[in-house]
Amino acid sequence: MEPAIDLEHVGLTLEGQSILEDVSLRVPHQQFLGLIGPNGGGKSTLLRMMLGLMRPDSGRIRMLGRSPRHAARSIGYVPQFTRFTRSFPISVEDVVLMGRLGSGRWWGPWRRQDRRAIDGVFETLAIEALRHRRIEGLSGGQMQRVLIARALACQPSILLLDEPTASVDTDGERALFDLFAHLRCDTTIVLISHDLGFISDHVDRVVCLNRTLIDHAAEPVTADTIAQLYGQQVRMVHHHH
Amino acid sequence: MNFIAALLEQPFLQQALLVGLLAGMASGLIGPYVVVKRIGYMAGGIAHTVLAGMGVAFFLGSSPMVGAFICAIIAALLIGCISLSGIDQEDTLISAFWAVGMAVGLLFISQTPGYRTDLMSLLFGNLMLSTRTMVFGLGGIVAALAIILGLIHRPLVAVIFDEEFTRLRGVPTRALYLLLLCLVAVTIVVLLQAVGLIMVIALLTLPAALAGHHVRSLVGMMVMASLMSMLFIGAGLGVAWQADLPAGATIVLLTGIGYIISLTGHRLNRLFRRRQAASGTERSHS
Repeated sequence: MEPAIDLEHVGLTLEGQSILEDVSLRVPHQQFLGLIGPNGGGKSTLLRMMLGLMRPDSGRIRMLGRSPRHAARSIGYVPQFTRFTRSFPISVEDVVLMGRLGSGRWWGPWRRQDRRAIDGVFETLAIEALRHRRIEGLSGGQMQRVLIARALACQPSILLLDEPTASVDTDGERALFDLFAHLRCDTTIVLISHDLGFISDHVDRVVCLNRTLIDHAAEPVTADTIAQLYGQQVRMVHHHH
Repeated sequence: MNFIAALLEQPFLQQALLVGLLAGMASGLIGPYVVVKRIGYMAGGIAHTVLAGMGVAFFLGSSPMVGAFICAIIAALLIGCISLSGIDQEDTLISAFWAVGMAVGLLFISQTPGYRTDLMSLLFGNLMLSTRTMVFGLGGIVAALAIILGLIHRPLVAVIFDEEFTRLRGVPTRALYLLLLCLVAVTIVVLLQAVGLIMVIALLTLPAALAGHHVRSLVGMMVMASLMSMLFIGAGLGVAWQADLPAGATIVLLTGIGYIISLTGHRLNRLFRRRQAASGTERSHS
């Protein structure tokens, strides 16, 4: 069976600087993959390539057996930084509804069935109370949940999350990881994080990206491999600072 | 004669008011997009580039409104396409169009013999010159604007809010953005009649910004901006008639005053609420 994500010898050079080198990665369906690595190691770039927002100089990327651009509508994406202004006059519900763009008719207002279709997403993320609020007054953690809700509203086969817990407190972080683990039943997940402690409790596999990819463990994470991982990770950080 | 009495008797004044109210509706429909997308400078650039089209039309002896229309659409598409291609910074590009468009217009006008009252009215607006044909023409344009926006409002808001995410959902974001710029261009030509190309930007941004102080949804902003815009234009026309002042300038001045009052009220209200909240927490602590 074709893997959900298939990267073959992907490389990228920007302004003479090598960003990614010979990155190969196969993620089978329904795997929960943790992508870790130092800042500037190319994690976000790799994620953007999987979405077709950037193109590699060399190598090949297949998402769900298709080119990233063609698969983009089956991928849910939670970016690390939001590009919009928080003062934008829009409600939480309308932001989440944007996940349903591209399905159904493109013109006219949202229909009742679209609004009903996102009920489950609001429940999953426990943000029903925020539904009719403006995004202006939301806290960082609430906004993060809204963005995850928007990604889930796409009903994605693959979920790409770039530091989704960066602005969430520890309890919120644990709750979110529980949620992701629950979602794994029907979704392939790639999650970028630098918090190895949380990530290793929940993910099936951890890979470390620092220009090149180091696959730490192909088998499910166990207590032994975590210890091993921590050691390697610490050494890696020493290497590069 | 007072304005209301004159309005009942004089058909030209009724036409002026109708054209003004239609312009107000157009500004209310498009203004909120311009404000939330922050393309006020681009709208100003398109408005001033329009002088090139009017100059050429004058020179060729055809209607300056037709010249303005064609030129506005071309300017919107060119600025939009070049800025999307990322060849140069957007503001530099707009500045170039702005100034070069005016220069081309002035050169063509200088080479056109004859009387230039029409031109002055397009630079600074003159509602008093409104005709019956104009009322029907603008009525049709405003109706078309409303229908197009009714169809594309949802994807358009998504493009303005988060272009990247919307593109990933398979929505043709570039085409929608260019369409928005064309709608802005059409609105600019509609507003030319009321306040002229130099002051168009006031009606395109201030009523919408004012509405943004009080309502927190785009549709709400459109309704309120339309109403406020129609109020300023109607009142401006009345004051101008009564005091024998140029209508365009009076309308813009009233709009500006309305905006400043609203902004001040909005800020004071916020400050007051914050104070109240602060003293509330103090009391609960003591």
